[in-house]
Amino acid sequence: MSSENILEVRDLVTEFKTDTGWLRAVDGVNFNVPKGKTVGIVGESGCGKSVTAMSIVDLLPKPMGCVNGGEIVFKGRDLRKVDHDEFYKIRGGEIGVIFQEPMTALNPVHRVGKQLTEVILQHRDVTKEEAWQRAIDILDKVGIPSPERRVKEYPHQLSGGMRQRVVIAIALACKPDLVIADEPTTALDVTVQAQILELMEDMQNELGMSVILITHDLGVIAESCDEVVVMYAGRVVERGSVMDIFTKPTHAYTRALLSSIPTLEHERKSELTTIPGTVASITEFVTGCRFCQRMGREGDTLKTRPDFIEVAPNHWVEDCPVCNHHNEQTKSTI
Amino acid sequence: MSNLLEVENLKMYFPVRGGVTMKHVGDVKAVDGISLFVKPGETLGLVGESGCGKSTLGKCLVRLYDPTAGKISFQGNDITHASMASLRPVRRHFQMMFQDPADSLNARFSVRQIIREPLDIQGIGTRKERETRVLELLEKVGLPANAVNKFPNEFSGGQRQRIGIARAIALNPELLVLDEPVSALDVSVQSQVLNLLVELQKELNMAYVFIAHDLAVVKHVSDRVAVMYLGKIVELADADKIYRDPKHAYTKALLSAIPMADPTRKKERVILQGEIPSPINPPEGSAFGHRIDHPKYEETIGLDMPLVEIETGHWVAADPCCLTEEDYSKARSLV
Repeated sequence: MSSENILEVRDLVTEFKTDTGWLRAVDGVNFNVPKGKTVGIVGESGCGKSVTAMSIVDLLPKPMGCVNGGEIVFKGRDLRKVDHDEFYKIRGGEIGVIFQEPMTALNPVHRVGKQLTEVILQHRDVTKEEAWQRAIDILDKVGIPSPERRVKEYPHQLSGGMRQRVVIAIALACKPDLVIADEPTTALDVTVQAQILELMEDMQNELGMSVILITHDLGVIAESCDEVVVMYAGRVVERGSVMDIFTKPTHAYTRALLSSIPTLEHERKSELTTIPGTVASITEFVTGCRFCQRMGREGDTLKTRPDFIEVAPNHWVEDCPVCNHHNEQTKSTI
Repeated sequence: MSNLLEVENLKMYFPVRGGVTMKHVGDVKAVDGISLFVKPGETLGLVGESGCGKSTLGKCLVRLYDPTAGKISFQGNDITHASMASLRPVRRHFQMMFQDPADSLNARFSVRQIIREPLDIQGIGTRKERETRVLELLEKVGLPANAVNKFPNEFSGGQRQRIGIARAIALNPELLVLDEPVSALDVSVQSQVLNLLVELQKELNMAYVFIAHDLAVVKHVSDRVAVMYLGKIVELADADKIYRDPKHAYTKALLSAIPMADPTRKKERVILQGEIPSPINPPEGSAFGHRIDHPKYEETIGLDMPLVEIETGHWVAADPCCLTEEDYSKARSLV
């Protein structure tokens, strides 16, 4: 464990029990979260990015979901070996979680203040009055106007952006060292998204916490992350600094993903690059290179798992010879 | 070239009722005085935040709602108050496609039934001809012929959206209103569907009204773009033009808020405070001026701020809070 990493995920394997056997949703995922930095996890739906995050904080749907391998080292402790009661202190206290859908993440029958003080009372030795005051302070900090009035309101009385601010306030109430934000802005409009991203950046600067930001929006990743983990079909295919990933994407999937988004610079009605087909169903995953599987290629690469190699300092790629070969070809045609 | 669709001062108010007697206490002014036109074969993009009325406008255009006031004419015929029966023959010329591919397809219909339904309703051809047409359409949208006997739940999101497209183009419409057709899809699938839409437009010469909140997607497919704010169009111009040289403060803010997949780009975000005001009780003056707390807001109360053509093909609301002084004096002189 290096001292500058607050979290290290090693060979994480998460499986779900079904009638037909175990399904492996996360298959040997490795990444680090450095102190005070933001790490983005990006990928299409079903690639396992949320399952990875929920494995870290042990919030998988029970009893079907189970972490069946690997290590999750948070501040020098393996979270897999931490018992149930101890985990209550970590989750919410040291690791905060911001969930995607602000309507379902909040309890509709409790006042905002009740939900905020619940976290504070659980983790800090304070009286109810002090906790209430703290709730007002934190709401003020996340930019909610007239917090004294808002603490007494119910979630449905707030707009989408306000609700997401409350969810952020709950996650940050105990000044955690690590915040896991699962699609924090997906349900919001661009203008509100910009506000929320700005808020998270400010809070990070103020509290010095690390953030894991899960999103499918490459634009959000480019604007707010220091490091990026690209996931495909339950595995990490590439990870590195945000500059490396966007300026020197190496894995065929990362390159295809980056070139398929329309940008304002694209010529109108021009043809966009596409990735043929769709992600294979989890029951049909091959052991080998899953991007070759998607591209409909055949051969040995489908049988053995490609190595995960460091192509440049801190820039790791799943190294599949066939994908590399196709990369070379597309390069020469450009 | 005459316009395919013309809309004049369209209004769609939804009544708000309250109290024990369910008395009419106010209106949600979802669409509040919109005028626009669509030419044959072009794409008009419609952008705005959620709640600005863009979907309501889309539904009014195809008469899924009965507008409160205003006029809609399609190919020169007034369809604003046309009865259901008299609308039916006209309906084959304009179709609508919905956002959620899972919700907009009948789960108990096979793909064949889904795509054939519009042909059956309009009574086109013989039964056999319709069957052939279904297969033809499937091929056109890039689905295998063996899909006809499957049900929507057997397909992925992108494929379901293709089924939706096949159904929408089954009658060879001249106008297609697309309400957020790609926002539920992943990026790699989104680009496939966008390519298909662009291709079909060229081939069949359809006009699109493309409603979306993703500005980059809208720019990619549109010829002209209209920006909506609180039930009104605030700016309308050629797609390249509006992105290169936005005039209205709201358009500028909206554009700067889009995150770009380019970490080397300088961040010049204009962070808009607050959110879109309630359309039940909109601000009396400039709606956007109110949100940004503009010093000139007081002046705009009671002021008529129509859309004016400030440059050829570039329309903008004559709002002193949202335009530069130079643009505003020019716009005022045109009112």
